[in-house]
Amino acid sequence: MPIELKMPALSPTMEEGTLAKWLVKEGDTVTSGTIIAEIETDKATMEFEAVDEGTIAKIMIPEGTDEVKVGTVIALLAGEDEDADGVAGGAHASAVNTQPADISASPAEDAQAQQATLNARPKIGEAPASLRVEPEVPEGTEMVRTTVREALRDAMAEEMRKDDSVFVMGEEVAEYQGAYKVTQGLLDEFGPRRVIDTPITEYGFAGVGTGAAMGGLRPIIEFMTFNFAMQAIDHIINSAAKTNYMSGGQMRCPIVFRGPNGAASRVGAQHSQNFGPWYANVPGLIVISPYSAADAKGLLKAAIRSQDPVVFLENELLYGQTFDVPKLDDYVLPIGKARIARQGTDVTLVSYSIGVGVALDAAAKLAEEGIEAEVIDLRTLRPLDKETVLRSLAKTNRMVCVEEGWPVCSISSELMAMAMEEGFDDLDAPVLRVTNVDVPLPYAANLEKLALIKISDVVEAARKVCYR
Amino acid sequence: MAKPASSRSANASGAAAGTPATPNRERPSEPQRHHAETTELLEYYRQMLLIRRFEERAGQLYGLGLIGGFCHLYIGQEAVAVGLQSALDPNRDSVITGYRDHGHMLAYGIDPKIIMAELTGRAAGISKGKGGSMHMFSVERKFYGGHGIVGAQVSLGTGLAFKHKYSGDGGVCMAYFGDGAANQGQVYESFNMAQLWGLPIIYVIENNQYAMGTSVNRSSAEDQLFRRGDSFRIPGLQVDGMDVLAVRGAATTALEWVRGGKGPILLELKTYRYRGHSMSDPAKYRSREEVQSVREKSDPIEAIKRELQAGGASEDDLKAIDKDIRQIVTEAADFAEQMPEPDRSELYTDVLVETY
Ligand SMILES: Cc1ncc(C[n+]2csc(CCOP(=O)(O)OP(=O)(O)O)c2C)c(N)n1
Ligand SMILES: [Mg+2]
Repeated sequence: MPIELKMPALSPTMEEGTLAKWLVKEGDTVTSGTIIAEIETDKATMEFEAVDEGTIAKIMIPEGTDEVKVGTVIALLAGEDEDADGVAGGAHASAVNTQPADISASPAEDAQAQQATLNARPKIGEAPASLRVEPEVPEGTEMVRTTVREALRDAMAEEMRKDDSVFVMGEEVAEYQGAYKVTQGLLDEFGPRRVIDTPITEYGFAGVGTGAAMGGLRPIIEFMTFNFAMQAIDHIINSAAKTNYMSGGQMRCPIVFRGPNGAASRVGAQHSQNFGPWYANVPGLIVISPYSAADAKGLLKAAIRSQDPVVFLENELLYGQTFDVPKLDDYVLPIGKARIARQGTDVTLVSYSIGVGVALDAAAKLAEEGIEAEVIDLRTLRPLDKETVLRSLAKTNRMVCVEEGWPVCSISSELMAMAMEEGFDDLDAPVLRVTNVDVPLPYAANLEKLALIKISDVVEAARKVCYR
Repeated sequence: MAKPASSRSANASGAAAGTPATPNRERPSEPQRHHAETTELLEYYRQMLLIRRFEERAGQLYGLGLIGGFCHLYIGQEAVAVGLQSALDPNRDSVITGYRDHGHMLAYGIDPKIIMAELTGRAAGISKGKGGSMHMFSVERKFYGGHGIVGAQVSLGTGLAFKHKYSGDGGVCMAYFGDGAANQGQVYESFNMAQLWGLPIIYVIENNQYAMGTSVNRSSAEDQLFRRGDSFRIPGLQVDGMDVLAVRGAATTALEWVRGGKGPILLELKTYRYRGHSMSDPAKYRSREEVQSVREKSDPIEAIKRELQAGGASEDDLKAIDKDIRQIVTEAADFAEQMPEPDRSELYTDVLVETY
């Protein structure tokens, strides 16, 4: 059998091309690597190399021919043991245009597939029981007043005691005890093997952590603040988030990237940004952003145990705030579940991180006016707990999003889209959002205050959706 | 050895490393060309030929529209992966590279069928058809990808080395990257940490003279890339990457250094890619003569073939290997063509491991 040389596709988009020039003639012998023709594609002139050895028996398409479809037989090659003349003689009849196998779906099928995208859900797998069930805090459990800072440290220490593969790495996490003292005491307890000071090298150590996670360890990578993680976002997204999918589920990446996120106090534009919406945009990541100390503890423990890469967004202004944390041996909270921080019937305020405090204060004010607001603390930004939000909306029929961050393409935007798509019939008023002003954060005290979310803005928005 | 596109420093030719920057600092000994008996040589020949034929077939399947997107062939560079990885212990040593990854996988003994099926995007592919040519992994074989962001594998590989050290498993990571990747900042961030922490890693620069269309001397202020570790006190060796035995010899030296607890080492392998950067590269940045001359004078497979013939290997032995390889590659291509595409439901799987 002669080997058919077909018009090659030389770029992902090429459908046809010009056979510009033959560099061999009938009767020439070729070996693998011999350049046999020049072909002009939609982009450039390319060389076409032989792969098999043999003799050019017949040239089917003369040089200079335009619009040769990909897959057309352009020449016949007689193999080592064949008679080139014989091949050339008998071949005309079989030299029809052969298109490469069309492996793409038909348009109708594509439409179906798109429909399936809307309806389908990821396969339900098994998750550790500890992650599925919100732990009951048994009646009479002792509550300990704890700062968010201590709660985070306790979570890391508890998980490090249990599992030697957990370690902490970042700038100033060890000897300095943490730029914000979140890792205080960890070096003393776990030593320099597991609490590791890095050079100032975010891209590098995010990659090192990600590689270590691919190798089977469970790194906690601390960014001094998430502003600096911009230098590392490539590893967070391209290396950590996509690997499980790209490997067909073969390669895990159980890593936690954590650190303070959002505005701090008077540190200017480059040190004050909420990256929640950025990371929440990415399939393959878990994004957590807690408000209370108990949630910080229970969710950080869950994050460290998760097999998936987690972005854990803390807030510097919350580090020093004190909350009740149940005194339990192993307080682990479920990822992906919002918490109703305050029950109410008239309007739903949805928030996360430091915004929850603003929403709760606003709810107290509203209560004085006879408006009972329900406050939802999302806690996890990806996957978003739609069910809790929509259930509350069905009860109050009004919703205000409260977010310490910019308005455009924000978590609020997502919540509003969700209300449109899945809660439309429950809405008695348009959903409103209270966010930071859409400018880089200014330094001047008065301007900074103007730019950030305020209780009074939330109160006003709530009144508005209640038509009061 | 492949001819460098051009060298900036006048006296920097040749395979041996130049004068060490600090003579009183310990340096690895000069690598010796590996001595191999005929059976071992035949094995190198077989592995290199497998990569060559596999890649040629991949190019052909691309031409037929069966492989899409980007497809970066390893033709010309075979001696690098084969020479280096033959020295590794696949039970403990890890390998990581960029998108030009088919050769490293074949050299690590991964089944050509599931590699080719990944290239054609089939369910039977090593990544279930969801990765493609650039994204293939085998955790079982300690092959960690398969990465599309130029330079990323250097930090990730440093993390794998961190893991080897942390868990005391005795493994070494071999992290490959290109001459172009050698200009990425994260490479140097990684060098710094690896040396600081004494990580067991062999950094391998596959200097095939070009990063897409940019030759080394157009992109690199220090074009003697084996010196790029100097500021981090990482010793570097320049190696003829077209001679599988020289490569193997360098691997032995590097492994001795790293397994001896002396921290990372850098190898620059001078090599050459015959094909375009990817399948859709018209390669106008170099002349046909340049490619042809390397092919004729420095082809790693032809060289080993001559050595085998001189050493008395029979024509029949070589023919038998050729035939065997053609068979394996044909089977891989048939498999890759015939297997079904992934089921539609696979679209949604493997995004996350757990359910929340
Ligand atoms: C960060 C990044 N920048 C650019 C690219 C596009 N790109 C892909 S390969 C390549 C050239 C790399 O050359 P080299 O490192 O020498 O490796 P080689 O292709 O020669 O093996 C470029 C610019 C990319 N994939 N990632
Ligand atoms: Mg290159």
